[in-house]
Amino acid sequence: MTSEKHIISLLVDNEPGVLSRISGLFSGRGFNIESLCVAETLEQGVSRITLVTSGDDMVLEQIKKQLNKLINVIKVIDYTDKPSINREMLLIKVSAKASYRAEILRIVDIFRCKTVDVGPEHYTIEVTGNDDKINALLNLLRPMGIKEIARTGTIALMRESI
Amino acid sequence: MKTLKDEGVDTIFGYPGGAVLDIYDALAQTDINHILVRHEQAAVHAADGFARAKGTVGVCLVTSGPGATNTVTGIASAYCDSIPIVILTGQVPSPLIGNDAFQEVDIVGITRPCTKHNYLVADTKNIAQTVKEAFYIARSGRPGPVLVDLPKDIINKTITYKAPSENIHIKSYKPTYDPNSKQLKKVISLLKKAKRPMIFAGGGIILSKASEDLTRLARDLQIPVTTSLMGLGAFPGNDPLWLGMIGMHGTYRANMSSANCDLMIAIGVRFDDRVTGKTDAFAKQADIVHIDIDPTSIRKNINVQVPVVGDCKKTLEKLNEMLEQESFENLEKKRKPWLEQINDWRESQKMAYEQTDIIKPQYVLEMLHELTNGDAIVTTEVGQNQMWAAQFYHLNRPNRFITSGGLGCMGFGLPAAIGAQVACPNDLVIDIAGDGSIQMNIQELATAVQFKLPVKVLILNNEYLGMVRQWQELFYEKKYVWTNMTCAPDFVKLAEAYGATGLRATHPDEVKSVLEKAIHTPGPVVMDFRIAQEECVYPMVPAGAPITEMLLV
Repeated sequence: MTSEKHIISLLVDNEPGVLSRISGLFSGRGFNIESLCVAETLEQGVSRITLVTSGDDMVLEQIKKQLNKLINVIKVIDYTDKPSINREMLLIKVSAKASYRAEILRIVDIFRCKTVDVGPEHYTIEVTGNDDKINALLNLLRPMGIKEIARTGTIALMRESI
Repeated sequence: MKTLKDEGVDTIFGYPGGAVLDIYDALAQTDINHILVRHEQAAVHAADGFARAKGTVGVCLVTSGPGATNTVTGIASAYCDSIPIVILTGQVPSPLIGNDAFQEVDIVGITRPCTKHNYLVADTKNIAQTVKEAFYIARSGRPGPVLVDLPKDIINKTITYKAPSENIHIKSYKPTYDPNSKQLKKVISLLKKAKRPMIFAGGGIILSKASEDLTRLARDLQIPVTTSLMGLGAFPGNDPLWLGMIGMHGTYRANMSSANCDLMIAIGVRFDDRVTGKTDAFAKQADIVHIDIDPTSIRKNINVQVPVVGDCKKTLEKLNEMLEQESFENLEKKRKPWLEQINDWRESQKMAYEQTDIIKPQYVLEMLHELTNGDAIVTTEVGQNQMWAAQFYHLNRPNRFITSGGLGCMGFGLPAAIGAQVACPNDLVIDIAGDGSIQMNIQELATAVQFKLPVKVLILNNEYLGMVRQWQELFYEKKYVWTNMTCAPDFVKLAEAYGATGLRATHPDEVKSVLEKAIHTPGPVVMDFRIAQEECVYPMVPAGAPITEMLLV
């Protein structure tokens, strides 16, 4: 069976220790977390955790069942094969020597990024997008020298039917 | 305290300490029975034995820090075996939490992976509600241990008791009890088609009190039954349809049946590796139906054709009811070849051992079975003693075989026997032990003596850590590395030092009289049976092999 990437969204009680229960479940059972993103929702006392994991069918089935079994997990949604919007935000500090500066700004423009900080030797770029876009951007910037990046991890929401 | 009473708690197993002084002070003002153990691990095992023998929730109470950490092994054992226990731990006062205070430990953090759920109570007004929730979670769905950590300052405030809500409703926790009828229809059509069906039942039957429903299903449709270690007693051991236990030390006929059946109805089991052996080779010819209340148990280790999520009892009741509308023509004729085949397996490989002038452990247990009509409550330690008990003490009723099945925790048997004896004061409770594991919690003899609990400890003494030695004999060219336990106390004198009775048998002729004497002696008794030192448990399936590849006697 093939190992596939899954975006899973959890609604959980916003209580101390909940994140630790979830991360402990993944480490204890040898499941894989590629990214994880937590923040409050509009409903009081409820947080949303979006995590990206991978595994074959049986592993994914176990991951979802085990998450559901945790007392503090209210809902588990797997966005795979469902119409959804996925986004991640990155801050990229790229070295910007005189010869590259114009080229970097052109790329920023094409990818609809923002330059949020400028120095004599660097630009810091803010970009939002899905996996493909972000990887394409990183590949283009890499030859110019990426100094540092910070990424949020994927967040996702289901598309509503029209 | 009031919440505990409201939950029907009549017994607590505990050990006092600084952080729980206020709770103990309040305990003295109630009529709740407190059993003072001699080690906190034993408090949890005793609550476990109590819960299993009585079919209710066990409760223990310990102090912070070391008191709490000592419970971890007991909690992990109860978690593996899905036993409902509520563990109340003291904690340092809230302002000191996180400051590395004296006897402070993050027990909620430590026990997160081995409890069904746990709580740190942050506010006095939440105590009653939290304790009530803890009991609800422990006993509902797939049961398990729940820990409640109580900081000292939360407890010692004088408060007016705030009653918890009448019905517990947790929006994120709703176990599925009722099975899906569509799935049950699929089960029925498989049952109609099957020529060689078998039932594989486990601890879930005992936890949901479904033994009678299981027995009815098996007898009505003439389906042979095997169980896991945790399921022993779920089906009568004297029924002709009984196959014996399945797995690594299972019977020949049970393991052969699993490999040759065309339908396996698995109920309240989790397909542990000690049952399945090599999973790719397990029940290969069969369609598998898996009934369990915990969805994570289904398709975790073994792929199944018909999953049914539901409580074992409710599911079997419904299935039996639906089967009333169905007719199975020529059932006897249809089953005959299969049952005959099983009988051939039974005859070709009986549980046997050679009688010599040295005591054989199997003989001791057969004799015990004969003298007690298979009616005692048996607890076990872990290792050879546990497997021989499972093989030779045939039970006819549930809730009477109490063993650390999943965790395999040495030192379990004696405290569990104490708990079972408290739960069932009029029953004969016997801890079947080895000379190694009995020493892990032998201090509990003091508890048994103090509370006049007449448990009988039956030590099968081979001066070895027998099961580990057996693996060294079979798989490590007889290199017995650190399994020799010749330096042990004189168990008879030790029993007497604790104020119990000590008996010893060194020759097969003495076995019966020692057992009889122990059964008829009031108060706790320790029996030291000097058994054949290098006796092995057979059949045995090497770890990771298909369960049909058995080493036989």
